[in-house]
Amino acid sequence: MARTVTTQRKTLNTALAWAVGLLIFFPIFWTILTSFKTEAQAIASPPIFLNFEWTLENYAIVQERSDYMRFLWNSVIIAGGSTVLGVIVAIPAAWAMAFVPSKRTKDILLWMLSTKMLPAVGVLYPIYLLFIQLGLLDSRGGLVVVLMLINLPIIVWMLYTYFREIPGEILEAARMDGATLKEEILYILTPMAIPGIASTVLLNFILAWNEAFWTLNLTAVDAAPLTAFIASYSSPEGLFFAKLSAASTMAIAPILILGWFSQKQLVRGLTFGAVK
Amino acid sequence: MATQHSRSVARLMMAPAVVLLLGWMLVPLTMTLYFSFKKYLPLRGGDLGWVGFDNYVRFVSSSSFWPAVQATLVIVGGVLVITVILGILLAMLLDQPMWGQGVVRILVIAPFFVMPTVSALVWKNMFMDPVNGLLAHLWRFFGAEPISWLSEASMTSIVMIVSWQWLPFATLILLTAIQSLDSEQLEAAEMDGAPVLKRFYHIILPHLGRAITIVILIQTIFLLSIFAEIFVTTGGAFGTRTLTYMIFQRVLESQNVGLGSAGGVYAIILANIVAIFLMRIVGKNLDA
Repeated sequence: MARTVTTQRKTLNTALAWAVGLLIFFPIFWTILTSFKTEAQAIASPPIFLNFEWTLENYAIVQERSDYMRFLWNSVIIAGGSTVLGVIVAIPAAWAMAFVPSKRTKDILLWMLSTKMLPAVGVLYPIYLLFIQLGLLDSRGGLVVVLMLINLPIIVWMLYTYFREIPGEILEAARMDGATLKEEILYILTPMAIPGIASTVLLNFILAWNEAFWTLNLTAVDAAPLTAFIASYSSPEGLFFAKLSAASTMAIAPILILGWFSQKQLVRGLTFGAVK
Repeated sequence: MATQHSRSVARLMMAPAVVLLLGWMLVPLTMTLYFSFKKYLPLRGGDLGWVGFDNYVRFVSSSSFWPAVQATLVIVGGVLVITVILGILLAMLLDQPMWGQGVVRILVIAPFFVMPTVSALVWKNMFMDPVNGLLAHLWRFFGAEPISWLSEASMTSIVMIVSWQWLPFATLILLTAIQSLDSEQLEAAEMDGAPVLKRFYHIILPHLGRAITIVILIQTIFLLSIFAEIFVTTGGAFGTRTLTYMIFQRVLESQNVGLGSAGGVYAIILANIVAIFLMRIVGKNLDA
């Protein structure tokens, strides 16, 4: 990659790219900044940038009034639970498809992908009805299962593409040496597959955390995660910019941080391995 | 070198995932199909019997059907055009040598990680509010009359919000694709004195073709089912009621399940048409 460019050109690139990058990031920056203002400062005209006294009172108010921790906890359980469950179901399947491929492997993979294409709204009522009849409406368990199912195709696909990169010869050698299937998985495959599994977990946790169709439609109070918590600000509290910002910052901060670690996996995971 | 034994073990290992997904697909789908042929009003009499294709006809002949189709097309089309064009430009920019490339990448990707309800609410209130929004301040600064974005320019606003969310995705995938381009080929063209535009049309764009197609297909599938962004901004008012939102309203708000289910079947058919093209590309990649 030894493309030589003049310092001048590089400076120009840098300036332009930073300007665009900051512009795209600005709404997030502005939200975080506003969360430290008082309500009066938040709507001051002209807008105040950095010359204000930073305050944490919005965070305190949001915590106090809406029991933020409960929503956070719901998000953690729903996103975490659905991811863990999904990975447990997907690992054996992806393993089998990657190492014991048959003629039908490709068809099964594509079929799994096709279930991901099913528009949620097309099955909204049946799921809603099943939830009512099974007493799952507004329960974390129900959402864990639904989010696990909608992300399962992505989990299987990601794991499959990672597993396929593990050289098959190593497994052959282990089998020659008389390793049982259990040993093969435990001592050879798992250590080699850990990075891939970790990336898969990370991306799916993010996707589940941000999911906002089922989490809005299948929860009311008890199981409502952060997506619903924020939606409850749509009116009239949304007009209190500083509080809205504090609530928003708390909802997105954990994922922004995790997201930055998952940039590379994002491409592979969301294109089903078609772009790497 | 799979033995008969390992094959059956493999089948057993795949079984849970396959069974779960099969159930997830077939059960709700069958129910949606079943309801779509019924007059079914849970709050007003429940199951009122079979009505044949009545719901299908009524769904498309409703006065809000064509506006919903139009809203859907405008949002999907608008966001696709914006994110693909800006995504290509941005990916090419980010591919250039510069200082702090990693940080810029992070800045550009960040919106993708913001949950839809947050981005919709932040844009709606802090940017698009006609009195206190930042855009209103900006407009006033230039001596213009602030716009009530979400009522007067509702579609533009939604397209803006959704494009902001999806631009990172398009950029990231196109950037990955550009980086796999053989830089020697580009350098050779540069040496030969091919102008920038020619290099773009003859080398970069053809190379990006597949990535662009994938971006378009995947985004279309997600964009067709946009929900939270409309739910918290306009609630479907001001001409922003998409097909997805219309079905949601039929099913959960007015509890006309038969009618909503017929709409759901249309949505499934529509998504499948797009999905077929995507699967072809992904499938080809599997053989490679």
